[in-house]
Amino acid sequence: MNLEPAIELRDLCFTAKERRILHNLNGIFYKGKITTLVGPSGAGKTTLLKMCNGLLAPTSGDIFIGNQPIQEYEPTTLRRKVGIALQSAPILRSSVYENLALPRTLQGEHLTEEEAVSALENVQLDASFLHREATELSGGQKQRLSIARTLINKSDILLLDEITSALDPTSVKEIEELILKINRKYGVTIIWITHNLRQARILSDFTWILHSGELLASGDVSILEGSDIPAVQQFLNGGAR
Amino acid sequence: MTYGTLSLTLIFIFIPFVLSKSLKLGLEKDITIATIRSVVQLLAIGYVLHFIFETDSFVYILLMVLFMIIVATLNARKKGIGIPGITVKIAVTLITVELVTQGVLLGLGIIPATAQYIIPISGMMIGNAMVLSVLFLNRFRAELEANENETELILSLGGTPKQAVHRHLMSAIKASMIPTIESQKTIGLVQLPGMMSGQIIGGADPIQAVQFQILIIFALLTCATLASVILGFLVYPTLFNERMQRIAVLRK
Repeated sequence: MNLEPAIELRDLCFTAKERRILHNLNGIFYKGKITTLVGPSGAGKTTLLKMCNGLLAPTSGDIFIGNQPIQEYEPTTLRRKVGIALQSAPILRSSVYENLALPRTLQGEHLTEEEAVSALENVQLDASFLHREATELSGGQKQRLSIARTLINKSDILLLDEITSALDPTSVKEIEELILKINRKYGVTIIWITHNLRQARILSDFTWILHSGELLASGDVSILEGSDIPAVQQFLNGGAR
Repeated sequence: MTYGTLSLTLIFIFIPFVLSKSLKLGLEKDITIATIRSVVQLLAIGYVLHFIFETDSFVYILLMVLFMIIVATLNARKKGIGIPGITVKIAVTLITVELVTQGVLLGLGIIPATAQYIIPISGMMIGNAMVLSVLFLNRFRAELEANENETELILSLGGTPKQAVHRHLMSAIKASMIPTIESQKTIGLVQLPGMMSGQIIGGADPIQAVQFQILIIFALLTCATLASVILGFLVYPTLFNERMQRIAVLRK
């Protein structure tokens, strides 16, 4: 298997208010693959994604995006290349169209109605939603809109922060299928935070287990089946669903 | 008015003092301090102004205006703790407001260049700009706190800091200007402005008092707009670093 790095972390540390959030993280997220990040709350998963998108800067260590140090990217270019769908799926108090068009509007460009409809269909939302008030959508629909909006930037790498945690089982399954499609069809690299180990098992090419800011284990999904490391065992036994 | 007559007005302090005590509001200490401070500060400024008017020296006028700007800056900066360089930003805002308003009034010969005109009008402009700065910082902080997710979303999608805070900045600027505009709509109908009332009580012609009041309310509108816009555009860039990451949060 010929694997190319999409993101590489070297001795990555992050400290906030004298609290250690991430400690000496080393590893590679591979291009075109789906990597899930699992671990208990407070493990530093969201912080890691925000650093890869450039919203946060490491306290020390390096991040390479496609073999280029992250600081060599112009921030707005980086954030378009490495898109992030935030857990809260923030929605602007305006129409679905205006939400979808936001990434283009920020660049002073226009999103055509055809492009907007296509973006909606891509996330299994009907075209009739286009001119509806976005804040009136259901949780699952908002999450899909959030993903569709992130995809407008045609990011090479997509960071997903617990995007299914608040959804019903049907919506979860639909979102999982959608992400698989985006990965398979467009070759987008996916890094996905999830608390759902079933989800991690069926979707991942690779999995990372984080705990208290440290990478306890990484590899293919077989690492989720058992481990000699007590902390990993404890997490798998406690978090297995 | 004699000091003896003036002392009778202490009855207006006695009423709230008694009410505070009987209703257990616990404001007696504050009322006492506020009373003593206002009497001492106003008498002191009265004597200072008397001295400056007597000498009519431009240096003293300048020192007096500078003193007003320093006090107003130190007062307003408390609302902006956490913002890098907030003291300088507020000082620049107040100085600009003062220069623009006095520049127009003196430059076009609308008022004579004497202490009697420059100092009271400067006091009104700087005082108003100070209140506006506090209102703006309060509102901007509330807007940013309430819309943290939106700011983060715009940054995460590749927006610039200006785009990320634009809506909240405009909302804060607008909100801090509204009280000035609203008070101008009812001026003269609901209450007679302090300066106009003072002139009329002092024996001035009511028409002339009104003319000066119109001058003041027009200048105050510029003052309100300039204060919130200048402070807003000076403050927002310092909330982000060169990597367009948020670095400071406005604190209460």
